[in-house]
Amino acid sequence: MQHTKLQKKNDRQQVLAGEKYEALQQFIDQLEEKEGALIHVLHKGQEIFGYLPRDVQLYIARALGLSGAKVYGVVSFYNYFTDKPRGEKLINICTGTACFVKGANLLMEELEEKLKIKAGGTTEDGKYTLNAVRCVGACGLAPVVMVDDKVYGRVKPGELEEILNQH
Amino acid sequence: MEKVKITINNKTLEVPREYTILNAAIEAGIRIPTLCHLDLHDLKMVNRTASCRVCMVEVKNRPNLAPACATPVNEGMEISTDSLRAIKARRMAVELLLSNHPTDCLICPRNLRCELQSLAQELNVREIHYSGVKSDYHLDTSSQAVVKNQNKCILCRRCETACNEIQTCGILSALGRGFHTVVGPAFNLPMVETSCTYCGACVAVCPTAALTEVNHVPKVWEALHNPKKYVVVQTAPAIRVALGELFGMEPGTIVTGKLAAALRRLGFDQVFDTDFGADVTIMEEAKELIHRLEHGGKLPMLTSCCPAWVSFIEHQFPDLIDIPSTCKSPHIMFGTIVKTYFAEKNDIDPNNITVVSVMPCVAKKAEAARTELALDDHNNVDIVITTRELGDMLKEAGIDFDKLPEEDFDHPLGETTGASVIFGTTGGVIEAAVRTVYAWLEKKDLDRIDFKELRGIEGLREATIPINGQDIKIGIAHGLGNARHLLEEIRSGKKDYHAIEIMACPGGCIGGGGQPYHFGNDEIVKKRQQAIYREDLSKKIRRSHENKEVLEMYKEFMGEPYGEKAHELLHTYFEPKERI
Repeated sequence: MQHTKLQKKNDRQQVLAGEKYEALQQFIDQLEEKEGALIHVLHKGQEIFGYLPRDVQLYIARALGLSGAKVYGVVSFYNYFTDKPRGEKLINICTGTACFVKGANLLMEELEEKLKIKAGGTTEDGKYTLNAVRCVGACGLAPVVMVDDKVYGRVKPGELEEILNQH
Repeated sequence: MEKVKITINNKTLEVPREYTILNAAIEAGIRIPTLCHLDLHDLKMVNRTASCRVCMVEVKNRPNLAPACATPVNEGMEISTDSLRAIKARRMAVELLLSNHPTDCLICPRNLRCELQSLAQELNVREIHYSGVKSDYHLDTSSQAVVKNQNKCILCRRCETACNEIQTCGILSALGRGFHTVVGPAFNLPMVETSCTYCGACVAVCPTAALTEVNHVPKVWEALHNPKKYVVVQTAPAIRVALGELFGMEPGTIVTGKLAAALRRLGFDQVFDTDFGADVTIMEEAKELIHRLEHGGKLPMLTSCCPAWVSFIEHQFPDLIDIPSTCKSPHIMFGTIVKTYFAEKNDIDPNNITVVSVMPCVAKKAEAARTELALDDHNNVDIVITTRELGDMLKEAGIDFDKLPEEDFDHPLGETTGASVIFGTTGGVIEAAVRTVYAWLEKKDLDRIDFKELRGIEGLREATIPINGQDIKIGIAHGLGNARHLLEEIRSGKKDYHAIEIMACPGGCIGGGGQPYHFGNDEIVKKRQQAIYREDLSKKIRRSHENKEVLEMYKEFMGEPYGEKAHELLHTYFEPKERI
């Protein structure tokens, strides 16, 4: 019984993955020019899969006629791309100069302790991913914490609990 | 060609408009130090990342300094390469590189052969004014052939150019960002988990010891001083035209006799020649080609002597895996023959024999470790060292190479032919095969030995040779980028050939990844090639099937060429592999 359930879940996941690859391939097929489209395709891939696992990177490499090393080179260069699964919510703490001066590091320490993860990590329950990002361009609001698209300004360490509760 | 007038250090000259400042300075006889720059003239490939900032020069009316290697000239440009500002900037660039570089030069594999080290000396660096964090990465010793020491990498990206542009293997790329940038394979995997062919093109161009061959010299010393071991050495055709360079001789000096003498001085029990294995390869390969021609077999037949090339087709063209000849490579055939025929004839337990191959090649190290090539429970070839490693051993042993007498190889596995010597150059393996196929099939003009239409240094060549009423179409490629081109044309049906020779290294084995460093100076490779053909001409016997010791081996032991026993011992198979 247990086994069949698991089997069904795996089958469903495979179908799902198949559909995702199909969507990615469709996107690649409609590109007018494949040369120089790598970053574009990686964005789409991350949108579809939520992150860029190894197989997706190699798939993109084959589809665009590039080497796996080249694709991974670009993925590892840009902070935006990730090859690890992300939590449901993405918490970005701005560590640009202004935010840093205003104590972004204290916010980071507190969140790391609260969520029991390091910057770049994802909580065990898959709920949150915590990242340090460079200047988000809202220095007047320093220090800034973002949860997905929502921006919180002039955040004090004590307020983090409340922010997490909203998500 | 449009020209522009410029001045360098107050010297006026006219140069083509497409020149860089560096090109112009070289023409004017003015030295600008460079590090990342690498101009592989004949390959029409220039590494111009301008990442090291060592070639900085001052240009009048330009506020910042300009990298000479990547700045084009323009009309009226006034350049100063020796201003205090330029000299200081260059020294600073080197100091900054050194500030994140291990300082273990004295025990570094590239000690006295390192471009960064010579540059520090040339630019009079006496102090490193910058201190900071040093990179501390794991040494990648995962493969049998190449060691990657990221701590010594200066991010010049020459290896990337060699791997991606010339060889089109796509294994290496810059990964990460900023101070944490490294050069590595996809997902920063250990080399052994990638599709690396171990051609050594990256090793051949690395200015430091970030990429080196696995050092097998200690293993050879150990074997030589183990009284239980009977140690046999074989040396590839390309060694004899390059080894001399390591002892200050002119490129293209033939040192066959001294090489045999030197190996004997090192203490090998038998000093043999891989050329013998090459002649056996031709016996097998020529028969296989005739067999395929006469029995409607798969065509074209591709040579399989080059292990980097074999690995390339397995990873990159798995659908074409059935076209290479099934012949093992000459040194592996030779190892097999030593551990069967020779061992039997001399009543030696093959388990006590150590076969050492001296190869111009890094990939042969990985090839020797391929388990499908092993015989019973021992490898056919136990240890592979490169030309450079042999040079190191001779120096270590205090052998004055120049003063050695000319000696001969040992027999019975020492007789060789001109055909086997030319295995060392692009075009050579196929010419050797054609010499024999021609002699076996053709009815007239039987004295014909030279097939000059197969020779040359162009990356892609083809020729048609009429043999016994049939036009045999032959293709030749060297450099894996050229090989890829040829394979794509075969796959798409654009081209068809009967036989194809492919060698992974530009120039063939003479330009191999394990040869004395030549840094893309193709004049050196050409001189080695001329030496190979001189050696061929000097041989009394110049066709493989006329090698008496080879024929004797078949008669006494192996049976028919391409026969049952030969199949078992001298042939192998290939497998499609994942591409990463």
